[in-house]
Amino acid sequence: MTPALSTQGISVHFGAFRAVDNVNLNVRPGARHALIGPNGAGKTALVHALTGSLSPTAGTIQVFGEEVSSRAEKDRVRRGLARTFQINQLFRGLSVLDNVVLAIMERDRKTAAFWRSVANDKRAHEAAREHLAFVNLTQHADREVRHLPYGSQRLLEIAIALATRPRILVLDEPAAGVPSGESHAIFERIHALPQDLTLLFIEHDMGLVFRFSDRISVLVAGQILIEGAPSEISSDERVKEIYLGRRAGHAA
Amino acid sequence: MTGASAAARSRLFGGRVGIEGATLVLFAGAIASYFLFPNHLALLTQFLVLMMFALSYDLLQGHGGIVSLGHAAFFGLGAYAAAILARTGYNDPLLGLAFAAVLSAVVALVLTPIIVRGNDFTRLLVTLGVASLVYEAANRMRGLTGGADGLPDFEIAPVLGLYKFDFEGRIAFIYAFMVFAMVYVFLWRVVTSPFGLALRGIRENTRRMPAIGSPVRRHLAVAYTLSGGIAGMAGAVLAQTSRFASLDMLGFERSAEIMMVATLGGSGHMAGVSFAALAFGWLKDVLSTASPKYWQLGLGIVLMLSVFVARGGIGGLLDHLRFRRSA
Ligand SMILES: Nc1ncnc2c1ncn2[C@@H]1O[C@H](COP(=O)(O)OP(=O)(O)OP(=O)(O)O)[C@@H](O)[C@H]1O
Ligand SMILES: [Mg+2]
Repeated sequence: MTPALSTQGISVHFGAFRAVDNVNLNVRPGARHALIGPNGAGKTALVHALTGSLSPTAGTIQVFGEEVSSRAEKDRVRRGLARTFQINQLFRGLSVLDNVVLAIMERDRKTAAFWRSVANDKRAHEAAREHLAFVNLTQHADREVRHLPYGSQRLLEIAIALATRPRILVLDEPAAGVPSGESHAIFERIHALPQDLTLLFIEHDMGLVFRFSDRISVLVAGQILIEGAPSEISSDERVKEIYLGRRAGHAA
Repeated sequence: MTGASAAARSRLFGGRVGIEGATLVLFAGAIASYFLFPNHLALLTQFLVLMMFALSYDLLQGHGGIVSLGHAAFFGLGAYAAAILARTGYNDPLLGLAFAAVLSAVVALVLTPIIVRGNDFTRLLVTLGVASLVYEAANRMRGLTGGADGLPDFEIAPVLGLYKFDFEGRIAFIYAFMVFAMVYVFLWRVVTSPFGLALRGIRENTRRMPAIGSPVRRHLAVAYTLSGGIAGMAGAVLAQTSRFASLDMLGFERSAEIMMVATLGGSGHMAGVSFAALAFGWLKDVLSTASPKYWQLGLGIVLMLSVFVARGGIGGLLDHLRFRRSA
């Protein structure tokens, strides 16, 4: 079967430093694929390279078999590859609803129109409200994003990506910075996403990773150390060492 | 609480309340001024021109978050275009207006690729540089522009072939007001359109835009083209109503002024920016009459104070007034 997302030899170098080093990744359609690894392993850099917000030093990328390596970020989005950001990238001065309406209108290529009224586009507003309802933000629709609680901002981050109607959604630590009680609420929403939407997500909480993933890739120092089913990963000695070592270090 | 309905309304207008009321006051005031100050119509006409120019720049800075220190290049281009066309005998004002708009818009579009790239700082430098080049070119092309002497002595035909420009400046004012109203309505449409929303998206988070599939460069090109075209129209109206075009119309001072006015007005607030242009124009007139030597100093002090006193600009103050009344 053609992978939803596939890379060959992706590398991202910053000068002599190899943030991502020769990564081959295959994400099966409909997967719940987790990308894990210690801080600074290159996970976010890899996501940047996948989505085109950064051009990799080397390597190629396909979305459902189509070569997208030379395509701009916006064109990859239009081919169904969407992402969220580890650090919120929201339109802070706009209302919550407008954040999603904007994404919908860009997807529908309506934003060239300077002679129409946004307010008159009932369909875009209805669709936006559906996305907000999905992430439980309906009651905040008219609030300016900058006044939104942080946890809600993380959910809006997802709603905006969903509004582009992706086939593959890359989630870069969707619950980053959220207290663990709330991070479950966020992953519960991710769990409720349609099964045919392919997910690649980064997450540090191993409990969440093992609960929600059906495939795991471990990135260490820019390289894939191992890839496999959750059971294989949890029993791998090297992963235990790196991961438990890191966590022990954190606890100290 | 009025919050919900106010927020629902404000969504349309860049997240701010009270702009409709302020707009009504603005238009009522402009019409009333015609009757109240019949001896100052030339000055009032200049205010209208300044407001148009400020609104054109506000589309870039206020809505798109794109700064420029060379916007007067388009203003001056429009002024010269209208003046030169009139001198060749095609002196219908609306024809001149359209010619100026199209020419400035096309030049803006052509310049987009070099202006759009980079960050705020590089944009300031590049726009400053381009505007100086335009200024120097106009200075050199004496045959076409009259160089430092400017372009005097041209006639403008009656508006619509009916309304002759009179000595009291009545027709000039009405003509300028009509163009201003058109520009205002047009820009209102633009900023409340899907394109306007995308522009605010660029202002709020340029980085997220490509991640939702947005063609950011195209949006900026369209914004520049519209903004340049309207700046050109403002310049044309000034040249036509004063029957003069000169180098200072594309000078640095005018570019800097308009940036101050847009900032003072509360970026992205059309009524606020218009009032700021009015206040600025009036203050400049009063101060330069009171002290021909030191007026710029006075203006500078007032501008600096106003930034501290009115954060969010005049638009912010207007919203605040409105909000308190309705609460
Ligand atoms: N623009 C850049 N220039 C230089 N080095 C960079 C740049 N961006 C990232 N790096 C470095 O690349 C490495 C990988 O960073 P990256 O953000 O991808 O890590 P990560 O796996 O996402 O970590 P975390 O779990 O903390 O989010 C880090 O050492 C980082 O300092
Ligand atoms: Mg990261």
